[in-house]
Amino acid sequence: MTASRFPIEAGHIMMFARAIGDFNPVYRDVDAARASEVGAIIAPPTFIQASAQYDPDYPLRPQPGVPWFGSGATPTGRVPNAEPTTSSPGSSSERSGGTGLHAEQHYEYHRPVRPGEVLTLTVRPGTAWEKQGRRGGLLHFRETIIEYRGEDGELAVVARGVGVRTEQTVKD
Amino acid sequence: MALNASNIEVGLIHRAVVVENLTRTQIVQYAGASGDYNPLHTDEVFATQVAGYPSVFAHGMLTMGMTGKMLTDYVGDGRLTLFGGRFTSQVWPGDTLTAMATVTALRVESGVSVADFEVVTENQSGVAVFSGSATARLD
Repeated sequence: MTASRFPIEAGHIMMFARAIGDFNPVYRDVDAARASEVGAIIAPPTFIQASAQYDPDYPLRPQPGVPWFGSGATPTGRVPNAEPTTSSPGSSSERSGGTGLHAEQHYEYHRPVRPGEVLTLTVRPGTAWEKQGRRGGLLHFRETIIEYRGEDGELAVVARGVGVRTEQTVKD
Repeated sequence: MALNASNIEVGLIHRAVVVENLTRTQIVQYAGASGDYNPLHTDEVFATQVAGYPSVFAHGMLTMGMTGKMLTDYVGDGRLTLFGGRFTSQVWPGDTLTAMATVTALRVESGVSVADFEVVTENQSGVAVFSGSATARLD
């Protein structure tokens, strides 16, 4: 499951830029952005990954009525070896000793993403493969491609993510 | 300010420190902005006692986002056409990261001048944590 629509909001772009330590005014200041080459506020190149906020079933966000696997009264809220947490590309997740991690991310930019627009997502599964890891046992790779289109139906960004699931904890 | 094709050449290296002494708070800030609240990144108790890691660690996408700041500061706003790579090692609280772009080709694509870059981000020990490439339009 993934988001089907990603409304692009100025406040979200501002918070995302702060989080990556990027204080370029083109991500938050209307006047500075107007005077810049791009003419108005744009989103940073990796902002598109925040579409996870609009995935109704995103497993790496606590959901009402679902035990969260992080700590509370106990170090984990989920029974060990319970149903695995699946993850979207751009995320990572946990399962009984092994770890799901983000292995690769690739973006193809057709134009800048701007506040006020609503992008539509189309998800395509890519290839899947396995490899013997140097430190984590057998590694299971899976590719997912997400096309982000503007209201005109034209491509804005294509994101190709690769997730990897290891059979042991990866220490470094 | 965008790069001008006449001002750069193959082999030129641009580098920038993109974070010094990464804090757990910045990792949590990234969790909030991106929507990825995985306790491996946000919950020291879970990361150490349940998952068996020495501490929480940064989202790969935080490293890529910080690497992207180096690129956009260098090539200009809205200039990237491609940016991608692999997360090659984990990033921990306390890490200082330096992102580097090396010009690998200057060419014309559909009548537009572009530059290709090899992109590597290293931690304070010189270990690559992100390794990839980018392409940007030039003036």
